[in-house]
Amino acid sequence: MEKRKKDYSAFDKKIFKQALKDSFIKMDPNTQIRNFVMFVVLIGAFITTIITILNVINHEPFGFNLQLSLWLWITLIFANFAEAIAEGKGKAQAESLKKSKKDIIAHLLIDNNQIKDISATELKKGNIVVCTAGDMIPLDGEIIEGIASVNESAITGESAPVIRESGGDRSAVTGGTQVLSDRIVIKVTVNQGESFIDRLIALVEGASRKKTPNEIALSILLVSLTILFILAVVTLKGFIIYSEKESVTIGLSNSTIPILIALIVCLIPTTIGGLLSAIGISGMDRLIRKNVIAMSGKAVEAAGDVDVLLIDKTGTITYGNRQASEFIANNDTKASELARFAQSASLADTTPEGESIMDLAEGKYGLPKISQTPNMTFIPFSAQTAMSGVDIIEDNKTIMVRKGSVNAIVQFVTKKGGVFPPKVRSTADIIARSGATPLVVAKDEQVLGIIVLKDIVKEGIAKRFAELRKMGIKTIMITGDNPLTAATIAAEAGVDDYISEAKPEDKLQRIILEQEQGHLIAMVGDGTNDAPALAQADVAVAMNTGTQAAREAGNMIDLDSSPTKLIEIVEVGKQLLMTRGSLTTFSIANDISKYFAILPALFIGLYADKLGHSPLAILNIMHLASPMSAILSAVIFNALIIVALIPLALKGVKYRPIGAKALMVRNMTVYGFGGIIAPFIGIKLIDIFINAVHLV
Amino acid sequence: MTQSDVLTLITFFIVISGGTYILGEYMYAVFSKNNYTWLKIPSIIEIKFYKIMGINPDEEMNYKEYLSVLLIFNFIGAIVLLFILMAQGILPFNPQHLAGVPFWLAFNTTISFVTNTNWQAYSGENTLSYLSQFSGLTVHNFLSAATGITVLLAFARAFKTKPSHELGNFWVDLTKTLIYLFLPLSIILSIFLISQGVVQTFSPYITATTIEGSKQLIPLGPAASQIAIKQLGTNGGGFFGVNSAHPFENATPFSNFLEMISLLLIPAALPYTFGRLIGSRRQGMIIWSAMAILLITGLGIGLWAEYQGNSALSGLPFMEGKEVRFGITNSVLWGVSTTATANGSVNAMHSSFAPITGMIATINLMLGEIIYGGVGTGLTGMLMYVILTVFITGLMVGRTPEYLGKKIEAREIKLAIITILIPSALILIGSMIASTTQMGLSSLGNKGPHGLMEILYTYSSCSQNNGSAFGGLNANTAFYNSSLGICMLIGRLVSIIFPLAIAGNLAQKKYTPPSLGTFPTDNMLFVTLLIGVILIVGGLTFFPALSLGSIVEHILMQKGILF
Repeated sequence: MEKRKKDYSAFDKKIFKQALKDSFIKMDPNTQIRNFVMFVVLIGAFITTIITILNVINHEPFGFNLQLSLWLWITLIFANFAEAIAEGKGKAQAESLKKSKKDIIAHLLIDNNQIKDISATELKKGNIVVCTAGDMIPLDGEIIEGIASVNESAITGESAPVIRESGGDRSAVTGGTQVLSDRIVIKVTVNQGESFIDRLIALVEGASRKKTPNEIALSILLVSLTILFILAVVTLKGFIIYSEKESVTIGLSNSTIPILIALIVCLIPTTIGGLLSAIGISGMDRLIRKNVIAMSGKAVEAAGDVDVLLIDKTGTITYGNRQASEFIANNDTKASELARFAQSASLADTTPEGESIMDLAEGKYGLPKISQTPNMTFIPFSAQTAMSGVDIIEDNKTIMVRKGSVNAIVQFVTKKGGVFPPKVRSTADIIARSGATPLVVAKDEQVLGIIVLKDIVKEGIAKRFAELRKMGIKTIMITGDNPLTAATIAAEAGVDDYISEAKPEDKLQRIILEQEQGHLIAMVGDGTNDAPALAQADVAVAMNTGTQAAREAGNMIDLDSSPTKLIEIVEVGKQLLMTRGSLTTFSIANDISKYFAILPALFIGLYADKLGHSPLAILNIMHLASPMSAILSAVIFNALIIVALIPLALKGVKYRPIGAKALMVRNMTVYGFGGIIAPFIGIKLIDIFINAVHLV
Repeated sequence: MTQSDVLTLITFFIVISGGTYILGEYMYAVFSKNNYTWLKIPSIIEIKFYKIMGINPDEEMNYKEYLSVLLIFNFIGAIVLLFILMAQGILPFNPQHLAGVPFWLAFNTTISFVTNTNWQAYSGENTLSYLSQFSGLTVHNFLSAATGITVLLAFARAFKTKPSHELGNFWVDLTKTLIYLFLPLSIILSIFLISQGVVQTFSPYITATTIEGSKQLIPLGPAASQIAIKQLGTNGGGFFGVNSAHPFENATPFSNFLEMISLLLIPAALPYTFGRLIGSRRQGMIIWSAMAILLITGLGIGLWAEYQGNSALSGLPFMEGKEVRFGITNSVLWGVSTTATANGSVNAMHSSFAPITGMIATINLMLGEIIYGGVGTGLTGMLMYVILTVFITGLMVGRTPEYLGKKIEAREIKLAIITILIPSALILIGSMIASTTQMGLSSLGNKGPHGLMEILYTYSSCSQNNGSAFGGLNANTAFYNSSLGICMLIGRLVSIIFPLAIAGNLAQKKYTPPSLGTFPTDNMLFVTLLIGVILIVGGLTFFPALSLGSIVEHILMQKGILF
């Protein structure tokens, strides 16, 4: 299924404008207080501004303090902007969803089979409505009668209609989608405001966004570090006072309140503090772009932690149907002859198996395409004979070509007076034991050979599982096949384990077992009987085509209903956590350089000699031009780095399946070591620039 | 450095490494099993003791029970000690007829010994009776050290693979630590020390006539027994005022070597034991390696600074405040080891070290004495940094952080960071008050940056429960006795309560078996990260203060200015 391609580019003009506006609206202290780190910056900016105003009133020099205040405000705006732009993408998606919630007329079915038209907004849970071709489905519900094709593009972006019918796993319909043909009777299963689209809109708008457990833990760390640095700077003022008094000749320092505030703001983790919520929002947003709706940020986080994937064989690991993979001719038959008759016998067979036989004959055996001729009579498959085939009239003789199970062909050739070759039988047994299905082809009393039908493992899937294994994720295949077939496919696909002849309750059992051993489980499901397992799994992806029960039990919904989506979801989860960790490390590593920028500027004249040179000037290893430019450079760098990292926060740090240790080395080098080095360079460059344009 | 200095260093590290293995295995055997066919006598004592005290050794406690029993036990011990100190004038074993200890000093001393700090605002020989020394202080040397180990044992049990609330039995842990570890080791060490000439007697002080004819009072007492446990239990409270610089506390180079070994022996073996207890020797030794790297680096810098000589005095060695018997290497080795562990005994005056060496000692204290650290508490302190490291860096592998299969979540990170943050806050706030008020400044022995270092060192030593003094600062004032007493008390409570709470929380969590996606904490990469986090967090907190202390002092010394 082709993914919906909508462009939510980060710097879409409309989103950009809206985000810019929002960054000022978010300056409201009530909003800011939710983020302690940025709240400290707000207070700092406020105090510095007041001091600047006092400077102006008292006719004192104010240029430096003014610039300092401005940059502190800019730091805040940048942090707000990061959050706003992350939210903006979700809002754009919500807009398009809201359009599908236009005024819909519902045909309410009341007593005596009469129909009354009311507005969809008046519907209640339990109401029964009728929809015919062209009608919009007014609210989420379940089909209790009928079958219809439905256009669900409003939700999935997929324009091909899907079939919905009463009973079974495809009975759920979603409000806002359109019935294209036939007539269905629907029982409404939700209340107003709780429908799928309502929930979707709330989720993508970020209205229902709660801090995830890991975000809470990280916030605690950031708050603690902030308190620690405030303490370090406040007590430093005491030590500076002591040192000023104890300096033998000159004891001067630059420890004014605005400069101490600048030091605090530079030290507290503003980079990660400013980007933290943007990272979380964009994590969910990245899922939305993969057409997966996560019901909570917690689920996305859990996806990163998942270490067991429960995967259905059909559709994920194999193409879903057995396919012909080989022709094995009987001793006295040529392979090409077998192929030719197999081809003729399957000419009218439109099942995927039949088509695969045609493909094999034309592909691997290079036979020309054939088409029906008047002398052919097709014998369709019947349960009684367990065979299908064709009767060809050649030279007034009827050649009967049949393909079928071993037993069916045994009966067929015996009846025709032939003998079923023991060699073919033993070959068929070997094939069956290897997990494939033998289909015997006979021409009248003569057995030509065997078509091997196999469950074909998708190309590249084994590589994918190998990658997963490197990520530390175990895959368990679930299949209804017999143990033999299951084992063969498991080995070919490279899954770590399998459950054969699986009943729906086996999934739940296995999940509970794995969880008891401390694993986190992800699974995909669509049927009602998947619901208990979905509810138990840590990451439960319900397919959008699935039943209402499945969709409610899952904590994610895959709008594409693609079984391989799980792997991408895990990657998004990991990316989210990695981005958070990398930017935290980067933020803390940045602090080292800021000490070397600000402390020498602060200690300017402590223990100075008669010429006024402080011995602590050696801490100025960057050789920044002046104390004032040093402080300003550090503050400017601190603000700019937030903006510079917004794209990374939105895009996420790239995940590579190279194992935890290699990943750590890589990210540590880039964000840890890089985090130490980068600000030294950045601050120096800014210092050169502001001195060149004489800002101080 | 002479050949013998180098030899001392090498022997020192070989003995410590060997001791880690032997003692580590021994402690593992003691703490993991219940029947000691190979240790008949102590195990008979142990079982008898449980019977007499009515303890059911199989009864397990959850973290709240464990913590309350621990705190109540230590509180009662503190009350008894306070009484002995204040009433020593009317109690026996007081041949010098010393008066009762005044309240603030008694308060400070009680907290100091109960918290395993052994900060001494007094001089033992002028203030304390023999009874106060052996039944008060020596007893608490044992109990406070054993308490530290019980906390670690409870913490190790949090990593059981099966979720439960139980962390073991405090009484059993305490009894075992005393009977199998501290008592036998102290007895062996005392005998060695007595053989070297360390005094052990109840007879009164003697008066000697010097060659010049003047009379000198020579203090005596039951020193060897107290010194053995003061070293082994990272207590550090000397029998005499000048601690192990006194010939009766530390008689010969061999006794000096023994005392140095014994102050690191148990703290170094504990990471090994921890590893064995959690089922991975490697995890334990990884922490051990991080500690070793920090210790050796600190020692290297300290020795380098000392051997530079005093540039203000044209490179003369820093011999003020050092025992000529031991020389520079032994003094620096002791100084770095005693501050790295929470020991705090000294054989030289730290105030007289080169500024950078003095700073290394101070940094060791400030980081929280996690470089081997106090018995038990040092490793639990280090584990707080491990949790912090795992949390900050662990996310970078794309999983929520975990350590030894247990998830590190909001509650753990909150408690761990509080454990690290509170002592740091005490150091900074205490030092700021002392350095800006008359009551703080009047006690200073030196001016300028050196004076600031005296204050920083003092508050670090007390808040982190080390107990050594920089020297130069008169701490026996109401201001210092009370404020340092509070620092010691809070510092100790923090290092016990929060790690136990973390243990209680972790114990109930599900254990996740490691996979390729798990961030491994048992390799040198983790050692690097751990050291990085310790230095960055510690450095960011204290670098500004230190730059106005030892760093500026060092630079000024090179310009010929001394304080």
